[in-house]
Amino acid sequence: MDLLQKIFYLIFSFDRDIYQIVLTSLGLTFFSISFATVIAVPLAFIIDFSNYKIKKFLIAFINSLTSLPTVVIGLIVYSFISRKGILGFTGLLFTPGAIVIGQTILAIPIITSTIVAGFSKIDSKLYETLKTLGADKRQIFLGIISETKILIVAALLFGFGRIIGEVGVSMMLGGNIKRYTRTMTTAIALETSKGEFEFALALGIILLLIALSINFIIHLFLKREDKWKRI
Amino acid sequence: MKIRRILIALLLFVSFSILSQEDRLKLATTTSTENSGLLDYLLPIFEKDTGIKVDVISVGTGKALKLGENGDVDVVLVHARSLEDKFVQDGYGVDRKDVMYNDFIILGPKKDPAKIKKAKNVSDAFKKIANKKAVFISRGDKSGTHIKELEIWEKSGIKPKGKWYKESGLGMEEAINMANNELGYVLSDRGTYLSVKSKIDLAICYEGDKELFNPYGIIAVNPANKDYIKYDEAMKLIEWITSENGQKLINDFKIEGEQLFFGSAK
Repeated sequence: MDLLQKIFYLIFSFDRDIYQIVLTSLGLTFFSISFATVIAVPLAFIIDFSNYKIKKFLIAFINSLTSLPTVVIGLIVYSFISRKGILGFTGLLFTPGAIVIGQTILAIPIITSTIVAGFSKIDSKLYETLKTLGADKRQIFLGIISETKILIVAALLFGFGRIIGEVGVSMMLGGNIKRYTRTMTTAIALETSKGEFEFALALGIILLLIALSINFIIHLFLKREDKWKRI
Repeated sequence: MKIRRILIALLLFVSFSILSQEDRLKLATTTSTENSGLLDYLLPIFEKDTGIKVDVISVGTGKALKLGENGDVDVVLVHARSLEDKFVQDGYGVDRKDVMYNDFIILGPKKDPAKIKKAKNVSDAFKKIANKKAVFISRGDKSGTHIKELEIWEKSGIKPKGKWYKESGLGMEEAINMANNELGYVLSDRGTYLSVKSKIDLAICYEGDKELFNPYGIIAVNPANKDYIKYDEAMKLIEWITSENGQKLINDFKIEGEQLFFGSAK
C-alpha cells in the first residue's frame, strides 16, 4: 500500500524529474515518427503501385525488416556516428539527434508495412474509378491519400506506440544522460538497477498509459473508418 | 496550406536545434560516481561556477576509457590505475590528476557461509569463497571493480570457474542486487554499497586490506588530431574538481551520515 501511495504521489504531484523524462520521450518519438512518415508514406505507395511480383517481394522484405532488433540498429548507427565512424564528424553520438536517427530507422518498416497491409483492404477499384473520372497523376495521389488518411494516421500512431517503448536505441545512442537523452525506458532500466522501484514503477505506469491510450485511439479511428466505408 | 507550412517550418527548426552542437562537455565515468549521487551533487555547482554543462555517460571504467580513446567524450573520471596509466602512455589522455579515493569491500550474506571474516587478507578471502564454492557475482564488464577483482583472483592463484562464479555483465548496483537475490558474495566499492545499503540484506564480510584501496583519477582526452575535443572546458572541470573547493565538496558528500569519497588531489 505504501508503495502504491508513493507511486501515485510521484505521478500526480507532477514530479519535475519524471515529467522532464516523459516530455523527452514524447518529443523524441514525435520527431522520429515525423521523419519516418516522410519516407514511409511514399514508400508504401511505391510498393502498392509496383507490379505484382515485385510487390510481393517488397512486402516480404519490409515485413521482415519490422523485426529488426533495436540493439542491432543501435549498434549499426553507433558504428557510423562514433568519432571513429564515417559520420563521426557530426558529433551526434550521445545526443537526442542520435536517438532520432535510430528510432526513425526503426519506425520506417513498421509504418510502411502497416500502411501497405491497410491498402490491401481498400477498394481496389478506387484507382480505376479515379482514372476513368479523368484524374491526372497528382489528383489520383491526392484522392487516394484522402481516402486513406485515417489508415495512415492509425499507422503513425501504431509506430509511435512501438517506438516510445523501445530501449536499445535510446540507451546505446543517447547514453542515458540526465535531463538530455534520458527517456522513460532508459530511466526505468537505470532506476530499477539502482533499486529505486517507486520511480521506475511510476514511469512504467505512465508509459503503459500512453501505449494503451494510443492503441485505444487507433481502434476508435479504424472503427470510424469502417462505418464511413459502409455509407 | 498555411498550417502545413508552419508545420514544416517547425520541423526544420527543431531538427536544426537538435543537430546543432551546444556547449556541452561529455564526461565518461564509472557507475559508482554517478549512481552514488556524487555527480548529481557536484556538477550543478560546477555548472553554476563556470557555465559549462556536463553530460554524464556512466559506464564501466574500461568502456569509459574506450570512449575517450575514440574521442566520443572529452574527459574521463575512472578508477583503474593500471589502465589509466596505459591510457596516458598510449597518448589518448593528458593531464591525469588524482581526485579522490574510497575502498573496495566484499559484501556477502550476513551468515558469511565461506567464513571470510576470518581471512588473513583479501586473496585469502577469495580462496575461501572458491574452496567453499560459495556463489560469487562478478561484474564481468571490464569496469574498475571488475579489473580489481581479476587482480585479486590472480594474486590468490585461482582461476574462478564453475557454477558458483557468475559473470553478470551488470553495473555495480545491479550486481549487488543480484548477489542480494542469490545470497552470494560480491566485490563492491564502498560508495555504491553505502548508497544501496538500506535496500539490501547483504553485509560487509571483508574489508581493510591495503590491496583494496580504490583511487579515482580524472583525465582529459588528448586533443591532438581531434579538434572537436573540448579540451579547455575539460581542463576547467579538472582544475575545479581538484581545487580546494571541489575537494571540500567531495568530502562533504554524505549518505546517512557516512562519507563516501575522500579527496586526494595534491
